[in-house]
Amino acid sequence: MEEIIHDQELESKEYFINMGPQHPSTHGVLRLVLSLDGEIIRKVEPHLGYIHRSIEKMCEHDSYQQIVHLTDRMDYLSCHINNEAVCLAVEQALELEVPDRVKVIRTIIDELTRLSSHQLWWGVMGMDLGAITSFLYGFRDREMITDIFEETCGARLTMNYNIPGGLFFDIHPNFQKRTKDFIAYFKKKLPEYDTLLSNNVIFKQRMDGIGKLSKEDAISFGVTGPTGRASGFSCDVRKHHPYMAYDRVEFKEILDTKGDCFARYKCRIAEMWESMHIIEQLIDNIPEGDYKVPTKAVIKLPKGEWYQKVETARGEFGVYIISEGQRSPYRLKFRSPGFSNLSALDHMARGCKIADLVAIMSTLDLVIPDIDR
Amino acid sequence: MKSIINYFKEIFSGLKSLVKGMSVTGHYITHPKEIITQQYPENKATLKMFERFRGEVVLLHDENNEHKCTGCSACEVACPNGTIEIIPKRIEIDGRKVKAIDQFVYHLQMCTMCGLCIPACPTDAIVMANTFEHAVFDRSKLTKILNKPGSKIMDGIK
Repeated sequence: MEEIIHDQELESKEYFINMGPQHPSTHGVLRLVLSLDGEIIRKVEPHLGYIHRSIEKMCEHDSYQQIVHLTDRMDYLSCHINNEAVCLAVEQALELEVPDRVKVIRTIIDELTRLSSHQLWWGVMGMDLGAITSFLYGFRDREMITDIFEETCGARLTMNYNIPGGLFFDIHPNFQKRTKDFIAYFKKKLPEYDTLLSNNVIFKQRMDGIGKLSKEDAISFGVTGPTGRASGFSCDVRKHHPYMAYDRVEFKEILDTKGDCFARYKCRIAEMWESMHIIEQLIDNIPEGDYKVPTKAVIKLPKGEWYQKVETARGEFGVYIISEGQRSPYRLKFRSPGFSNLSALDHMARGCKIADLVAIMSTLDLVIPDIDR
Repeated sequence: MKSIINYFKEIFSGLKSLVKGMSVTGHYITHPKEIITQQYPENKATLKMFERFRGEVVLLHDENNEHKCTGCSACEVACPNGTIEIIPKRIEIDGRKVKAIDQFVYHLQMCTMCGLCIPACPTDAIVMANTFEHAVFDRSKLTKILNKPGSKIMDGIK
């Protein structure tokens, strides 16, 4: 009997396991092929394509007004910012100067979008780590923002509020009051987030020192947004290449140097405070004026190429338009932050445990339709 | 010795942080009025959607069963996914043959509620309604004909 046991090879071998495409903590249809040694991750290979809708190809035969609503379906948590990127690129090509009112309203709604995205991220991240309470708390506060969007933009998630040249409608009369109410409310509730999760000992031990990404690696992988800034990579488009009303507001770029999961967590929480600070500066000073510049019913861009980048809740989102002078672009390329951030996952997760991979992924804040397009 | 003290210190600070977190949830257990859950569908009678909410496209009819649609197909062109399909016909008004709609077909299953058709309409014939319960048992029920039977165009709309 003893001989038999000794004969068998008891050494562990590397083996593969599929995480996803239907896994609750991959936040969508992302398939990760993990190469494991026991519980330790040796390699992570993301397989994409499960939610590919060929949005870039569809853009090639849509008019410029129609392209805007497709970007809602990419990163649906920062859809207003995506809309804005396309509109800014088209306005840049047409050399159209939008009124001050539009600039300020767009900036306020951008920041509200960022807040709602971070609230959802906070809730979902808690749930990934096993705390369902945080999910409910995050959604409770997000509800107020979706109400603001529903009243002003006409939809809760896929707003499609921007059009090339301005906005779909003027803001609702209740918009300012509701936004101020929300800021006052959320200023009281955000410290609750810290008491619930940030100082929790279990949470801290699962976050501290996990999934480290150095500044050099962040730059070489093209990691942007709060994920990059937590590694010390100063990459805030709002600060370095201000668009809309960001040049007239005062805000801090949140930087951290540790680059681990907890640094990314703290970065996002601090960004929520900054977003509220930006909204507070603008909400009382919305200038009077038109809410859009009249454009032709059929927009034809001149021949040429244009690139516009904006800062979404996840990082740098870019739109690259090549026009041949037709009513739809010859080629349109989106640079989505999620795709670049995902490319660093393998580097960050090597040597971690499977449970740590869930923590790393949720602090990357992946939105799968943004990655696949 | 020091490591033992640190060990117990960590345990107590950990327990303290857990109790702190629990105090937040405990607050809401004892203050049920601060909970904002809406009981849908029990609150259907009082539930009011915002007026700009985009639920579905409707063709407005007045009390004489008249609408404003001239059949110009501007909404059909503006629609990004072929949701609206206008089947025109020729009618005679004052001895002249004019284009009018035979059927205003609306494929709700393809609609993304982007709202581009509404500003495209030159006569403000269509609006977005606030309805949102679109679930049906058969897909064919989602293809709707928006102009009511027997309806005709309002006088003076060109």
